[in-house]
Amino acid sequence: MLLITCPHCGPRAQTEFVYERTVDAIVQPDADPTEAVAALFTRTNPRGLDEELWRHTYGCRAWLTMTRHRVSHEITAIRAIGPEALP
Amino acid sequence: MSKYSALGLLRGAFNGQRHWQPAWRDPEPRANYDVVIIGGGGHGLATAYYLASVHGIRNVAVLEKGYIGGGNTGRNTTLVRSNYRLPELHTFFEFGLKMWEHLSDELNYNVMFSPRGAMFLGHSDSDMTMLAQRGDAMRVDGIDAELLTRDQVAKIEPLLDMSRDARFPIHGALTQRRGGTARHDAVAWGYARGANRLGVDIIQKCEVTGFVRDGDAVVGVETTRGRIGAGRTGICVAGHSGHVAAMAGLRLPIESQTLQALVTEGVKPMIRSVIMSQSLHCYISQSDKGGVVMGGDPDNWPSYAQRGQPMVTEGAIAQAIALVPALSRLRMLRTWGGVTDMSFDGSPIIGTTPVPNLFLNGGWCYGGFKATPASGWTYAHTLATGEPHALNAPFALDRFARGATIDETGVGPMPNHR
Repeated sequence: MLLITCPHCGPRAQTEFVYERTVDAIVQPDADPTEAVAALFTRTNPRGLDEELWRHTYGCRAWLTMTRHRVSHEITAIRAIGPEALP
Repeated sequence: MSKYSALGLLRGAFNGQRHWQPAWRDPEPRANYDVVIIGGGGHGLATAYYLASVHGIRNVAVLEKGYIGGGNTGRNTTLVRSNYRLPELHTFFEFGLKMWEHLSDELNYNVMFSPRGAMFLGHSDSDMTMLAQRGDAMRVDGIDAELLTRDQVAKIEPLLDMSRDARFPIHGALTQRRGGTARHDAVAWGYARGANRLGVDIIQKCEVTGFVRDGDAVVGVETTRGRIGAGRTGICVAGHSGHVAAMAGLRLPIESQTLQALVTEGVKPMIRSVIMSQSLHCYISQSDKGGVVMGGDPDNWPSYAQRGQPMVTEGAIAQAIALVPALSRLRMLRTWGGVTDMSFDGSPIIGTTPVPNLFLNGGWCYGGFKATPASGWTYAHTLATGEPHALNAPFALDRFARGATIDETGVGPMPNHR
């Protein structure tokens, strides 16, 4: 099980979090159809590091982005997103 | 290579069984092949077998990075069925189920196909409506499906918790009596032996590290055992499709996730059929060795690690014990994980790619084993002719962009919510 450090709550067990999608899978409001299809239906899916959106669903319920290795499961970075992350 | 038979076995009994030979050769890769198949699992080997036996293309190599059948072919829960609601899916899987019924004869290798019945339990009125709808959809296309009452279910599986206050009360079931299980390793070995007999080179410990391009077209592969030229190249590495296709610059509608399974110690027969559920995600069957084999949800987050999370196994076991309380008395013998290609509509992808001479077979989610014969048969047709067969035409890679997804459960493009 992963130990995920929530930017707001600190280190918590993975059971409190839900994986949502990768960061490049967000359809931008101004995307043309090709870009929208790519974001909706395809993934880079690397056997290495990728950037993912997770949510602390059973904790503070905030969204976060995580850079995680798909084989070793090592988490190299976690960032807050949303209004909390604004300067 | 001699044919296996009872007579041969008897003759061997008098010769100290000295007549046994390796079931396939261990050749050095040649410089060129008409067709190179990447991935020596059941699907890749079946593809090679049907290329040679149906299409007469025998200058074929199957490249496997480890040993054959060591990936998902050796990691599944061995269920075989064709009880899907959507016509594209049940037509495809029914074609496969009919092949399973003759596979041991066809391959001269006992795949131990056991049509013991595959049963989906219903736990509510709405479950039963969904099951009836699915059964109707199947019967319209001539596939056997039978709605069972509570009492009929209790007769087939007496160890199910049939009490009214059960955690998951059982209202009935939809069964496909021709469904069942098969021995997964034997499927890989049988196809390997059959393909080898027809001249196919099975090359193990040979990992593909890149594609050789001539302009846009793929004309071969770079491997850990050197460059191998290919007329046509077929990717058949479900679990790692994204990784291999990326070497050709493709971005697929696939996310790789771990799927786990487990087996208990061997006991006397206690589960007669295959128990599945309309509302839960848990499937239970008993192997011929006596171990009760169970599986559940994928881990629902991307991973290529071939190892899973105990919390997910725990969820599957909790469901299994709620259905069959006697399972709580068994000890777990082993648990393992495999990497599955979770596709974006839950259906596989078999067909051409935007790259000339490169073909793709993947996206099997957690339902690839039962498809092995049909997948090999249709993929061989696609590789031989350059065009999909009518059976796999709906499973084209470009169906997502065309809005023609085949979404059995209606979840939408969420590979982690299936």
